[in-house]
Formats: sequence, structure tokens, C-alpha cells
Amino acid sequence: MSAPATQSANKQKTPPQAQPRTITGAEAVIAALVEEGVDLIYGYPGGAIMPIYDALYDYQDRVKHVLVRHEQGAVHAAQGYARVTGRVGVCFATSGPGATNLITGIADAQIDSTPLVCITGQVASHLLGTDAFQETDVMGISMPVTKWNYQITKASDIPAAIAKAFYIAKSGRPGPVLLDITKDAQFNKLEYEYEPCTGIRSYNPVPKARPDDIEAAAKLINGAKKPFILVGHGVLLSGAQEEFKTFVEKTGIPAASTLLGLSAFPANHPLNVGYLGMHGNYGPNVKTNQADVIIAVGMRFDDRVTGNLSLYAKQAKIVHIEIDPSEIGKCVKADVAINADAKEALTLLTSRVTANAHPSWLQEFHDCDAIELEKVIKKDFALPENSIKMANVVQRISDKTKGEAIVVTDVGQHQMVVSRYYKFIGTDTNVTSGGLGTMGFALPAAIGAKMGQPDKEVVAVIGDGGFQMTLQELGTIFQEQTAVKIVLLNNNFLGMVRQWQQLFFDRRYSFVELKNPNFIKIADGFGITARKVEHPSELDAAIDEMLAHTGPYFLEVVVEKEENVFPMVPTGASVADIRLE
Amino acid sequence: MTQPKRLYTIIAFTENRIGLLNRITIIFTRRHINIESLTTSECEVDGVHRFTITVRTTEERAVKVVKQIEKLIEVIKASLHTEEDTMYQELALFKIDAHKIAADGSFTAFLSTLKKYNAEIQSSEKDYIIVQKIGRRVEIFMLLDALKEYHVLEFAKSGRVAMTRSAMDLDGYLHEVEQRSLIPDTLSTN
Repeated sequence: MSAPATQSANKQKTPPQAQPRTITGAEAVIAALVEEGVDLIYGYPGGAIMPIYDALYDYQDRVKHVLVRHEQGAVHAAQGYARVTGRVGVCFATSGPGATNLITGIADAQIDSTPLVCITGQVASHLLGTDAFQETDVMGISMPVTKWNYQITKASDIPAAIAKAFYIAKSGRPGPVLLDITKDAQFNKLEYEYEPCTGIRSYNPVPKARPDDIEAAAKLINGAKKPFILVGHGVLLSGAQEEFKTFVEKTGIPAASTLLGLSAFPANHPLNVGYLGMHGNYGPNVKTNQADVIIAVGMRFDDRVTGNLSLYAKQAKIVHIEIDPSEIGKCVKADVAINADAKEALTLLTSRVTANAHPSWLQEFHDCDAIELEKVIKKDFALPENSIKMANVVQRISDKTKGEAIVVTDVGQHQMVVSRYYKFIGTDTNVTSGGLGTMGFALPAAIGAKMGQPDKEVVAVIGDGGFQMTLQELGTIFQEQTAVKIVLLNNNFLGMVRQWQQLFFDRRYSFVELKNPNFIKIADGFGITARKVEHPSELDAAIDEMLAHTGPYFLEVVVEKEENVFPMVPTGASVADIRLE
Repeated sequence: MTQPKRLYTIIAFTENRIGLLNRITIIFTRRHINIESLTTSECEVDGVHRFTITVRTTEERAVKVVKQIEKLIEVIKASLHTEEDTMYQELALFKIDAHKIAADGSFTAFLSTLKKYNAEIQSSEKDYIIVQKIGRRVEIFMLLDALKEYHVLEFAKSGRVAMTRSAMDLDGYLHEVEQRSLIPDTLSTN
């Protein structure tokens, strides 16, 4: 997210409306989106949203619409776009099943703080509550998984509701907003005037840091002997990568990343000590329970990071920098909480901390790295003669893209292998479903990521389970010729569940083996260049071919059937008891 | 980490919006916290609604729930109060069988019960008498017990209407917000 073109900046290209003009609600929707700088929409038409699609027909020179193959694809694509641009992702769906198909992606965007505006058609207002054809209570259904939602039943409310939706989606801690627009509101006319939303009295998105908190945090940090920084998604959302780096370098404190914080801080930085959590690196996990001060920046102490909370960092003083007040003290009690945007907080804090270095403490992390290398990494990178290990695939992609590609992952073992072994150098290049763990996320999200950053290489790494949840989006890729590189790591298993069944359920493999189709034929059927690799000797050439290819490319890599991802903090265990085998 | 459960009063000032009640109650549902009582009404500021919610839970959970409520876009302010910090009243109505009182010849005793509990007759009909009692929950339930011998045909009780002892200057807060030139919401409320 290095200085993404903001929507408001884009907006200035559009001349202001001189006079109110009378248009339909449907046209007002599109005109308002244009005012907000929207030039890309993912969607799927249907009965209750037809007036909006009809209006869109006249705006095709200004707004590109991508026809997906399933509404879940639309919302994940909008998420991928939002994640790599920092702009608001927009998607359209019709009422009833169209709207309910969005819900998984909306829930994903809510838990991973992704700005979206989802617009759904709704039956005419006089039919609300009558169980009319394709009527569903999408307001009720989406309420727990949206930052805000609103049902528009009057055409005249459309401009203000859209303005408010964009303001809410992108301000403060971003999140998804759903607008449900009845068909009569789309058909009816209004006097159209657009005024962007600049504030809501009941909503304070960006609390200001309090000087006392900054002082208290600086005092703790300056006195710390074994300080440790945890970097989360908030740094990326705030665009605070530079401020973060300056803070880390001045204080000399080792920093480790959460899953969604990956790519906020370059993997090759000497103070980057790796990846936190259940399948994270050994050092960051065990040192969490030895640090004297933990500085958590824009992260929410998810259970995948903390393991057993009652055994988590009890010895440490916690400094929590977090924009969302409800996250402060939710899981881990903060000794000092800075309730502010990460960029502001880090800037203020950097000015109050003393320059320092912690060489012997940093060495302790390196000592852990040596143990992890010996016990885990060497095994992961073993080069058996006749089979391919996931880590080898990921490492080669990492090397060949110099850590600068946008890597989109699905959920499961391959996701953890990418998080461990892709060396994220480029900023804001990690797109994954973190909080919700949505299988099927990666393929459509990669479409959005590529369209959001067309000049960057976008590689989607997906398991054979998750791929089959949304593989219909190959149709979208074919139609749009979206140049995503799809790497399918195929072990014919739902690998992560299999791993758990092996470790915790006595190897009782209950419904985790997949009899897979011929993926190459499938890709071929969608007109996508495809190649299958089964032998290690072919891997390099295949990845080179994929990366050299100008259009979309599908690479299936058959990997070892029963690889396990280690280290691992078993559920209920302390981070200090992370297992290496 | 097992703190004792206590009765807490949560007061929230909100915009007047369809669905906001639902948004607030799902915060409790999702955490498996039962709402003991819930009252909503207008408040001293035009267009602003006041929610008074009582829950029996631990302090830690109550604090977190209040933060979740305040996080809702259309909630202006939410706060948590202990019993000591709260002055409150509830209103109860009792429908008493008039025939039983007549048959038992117990009207004098009935009146002295009402007097004892500071309750009053709101209306008197041929078949029944409606008694009204304003007070704290425990007093209301003591009266309910006392009235059982006269045959309570119906009993209904409101949620809590509460004021806090500590200062809560909503008008001042809204004024401060408006100084930041944030305009009140203009979307339709229906």
C-alpha cells in the first residue's frame, strides 16, 4: 500500500455537479460511485438489481464491471482489490441468494478489516416482509458481519447513503458496508446532488493519541532489557510502514509479524525476526514468554497468535497501539494502551524513545533460528528424488519473484508454508484470509489483486481443497484475461485437517482424502495455459515458464501427500511450548 | 479469571435508527449473555434515544460489551454502571381478582397491603382491580408475593429506567462533537 491513489484524489477528476438533475435511483447509485472514484465493480446481475445494471450500461466508459461466476467470487475479488490498493472494493449482487452468497466474503472482510461497499438489490418496499420471490432479510443476516449496513427504500436517500457507506468503510479501522436497495428506490426519481460524507456525530474513527500514554509507553520501552515488537495489519492499513521501520531501527527492538502483518516490514531486515503464532517461527513464539516489554502495533492478539491466553506473556508489560478501542483489553490486558492510528502513534513514540540496540537479546532469537533450522527447516527443504515438498515450491517462487510479487493464499497448509517461507520484501504484498480462514478465498481475491495492481506479479498459491470451492472463477479469469499465476499445491488431501487428525485424532483420517479431477483439463477448458509438475527436476523450468507467461497461467504441482507443517502451537498450549516435530 | 457476576446497568445514547435495537442485542446474544431488562426511550436531546439495559455478568465481560456497543456506528456514547452508581425505578401493574376480595371480605387487609408497599389502585372495575407500583425490583416482587393471596390474574413489569449518580453530560458531549462540525445524520429513519 505504498501511497495508493486514494479515491478522494481520483474524485477530483470528475467535475462537480453544477445543478441538481432529476435521475432515477439506479442512475444515482452509479453516479455516486463515480463521485467516490470507483472505476471497478465486481458483480452478478439478477431481478432485484436490474435497474442498477441498466443504469450501468450507460456508464461503461467510466466504470468497468467484472462479471464473476458466483457472488462469493465478487466479494472476494473486491477484497483482493481493496487489500492491495487501500481503496474501497465494490461489489453488486441481487436479492435473496445473490445477497446471501456475499455473506462469507463480507464476514471475511469484517474480521480482516477490509473496506468494502456491497450493494444488493432488494424486492420492492411494499413486498418487504412478505416472503416475496428472492426476498431475504439481508439486513438481519449481514448485521453481525458488517461495519454498517443500511436499507434504502427511498430514491432520495441514495446519494447520502452511498457517501456515508464509503466514509464508514474506509475510515478508522476499515470494514465492509452493505447497502440494500429496494427495487422501487432504484426505479423512482430524485433530485440528484452529491456531497461526500466527512463526519458522523456518533462515530469517531480516529481517536487521537494521548500524550500521557505516549510518555508512559516511551518510559517502558526506554527501560526495557528484552523488548519485543509485534507488527500487525494495522501498520499496513495506516500506511505506517516507514514510521514503523524508523521506530524499530531507532529502538533496535526485534520485531515479528502476525499473519496479516506480513509484508509490513521487509523479511530481510536485520530486526525482522519472523512470523508469530501457531505455525510461526520458533524464536518469536518462545521469546514472547521471555520478553519484558511487548509493543503490539495494530494487531488484536488473535488466539492463533497467543495460544493459551492464561499462559501468554504473563511476565511482560504490554504496550498496545490500536485504533479500535474495543480491541484494547479484549484478549490481553494492556499496561499502556495508545488508542490511535498506528502512523500517528509511532511518529509520536519515535520522538520520545531513546536510540538503543539489544544485540544479546537479538542473538537469542538467532539462537532459536538455529534450532528451528536444524529441526524443521532442513526437513522442509529436503530434496527427495521423486517427490516435491511445498516449501521448495514456495521458496523458488519467492526467489524468482525477489519477494516482490503479491502472493494471494487460501487457507490451510499451503498458506502456512507461504507465510513461513515466502520472503515478503515488497510492501503490502500478502493477501490471505486470516481471521475467518475462508477456503476458496484465493482464486477470486487474486483476480481483484491483479486488477488493483496490474503492474505487479500476482501469484495465487492454493491447495486442492480450497481451489475446488471457487474454481468457477477460472471463467472470470478467462473472460477478463486476468494475468494471475495460479499455483495449485496438490496433495490430494485437505492437508491441515489431515495433519490435525494425524496428531490429535489418532490418525483417524475422517473425510479428508480427495479424489481430484484432471485439473489441467479444467484449466484447459477455461482456455488457461496449464502445466502439471510431478517431479522435482521439472519444477524450476515450470515456475520460470509460468512467470515468463504474459497471460493467466495455471501450474499444478503434485506435492507430498502427508507433509506436516511445523513448528506448531497445539490448541490450548502456551506459545512457549511450541512443538518442533 | 472467574470474577463474580453482578447486576450492571448499561446506558447507551444512540441515533434513532431502524435495526439498532437488533444490532445491540446481538452483541449480547453472540456472547451468551442474557439481558435482564431493556428499556428504550427518547432522551433530553432531540432525535437521540436512550437505551437502559441490565445484565448479570462479570465486570470484565460487561466492560467489553460496552466497548462493543460503543463501536456501533450509530451509538453516540455507552457507559457501564454498578448498582451503587445508579438510581432507578421500575413500574409494575397487577390485575387482582375483585370477586375473590369480595368473597373473602378482605378489602381492608388488601388496602393496608397496598399502603405497606406504597402501591396504589390505578383503576377499579367490576371483575378486577389494577394496582400500580413504582419501585425497585425487589420491592415489586415482595408486593407480588403479598398479593398472591388475593389472586393475581396478571402481572406485568417494565424494564429499568435509570439515572446515574455520576455526571453524564450528553448535551455537552454532542455540542463538543458538533464543534468538530459533524452534521447529524440526515438519512430517513423509516
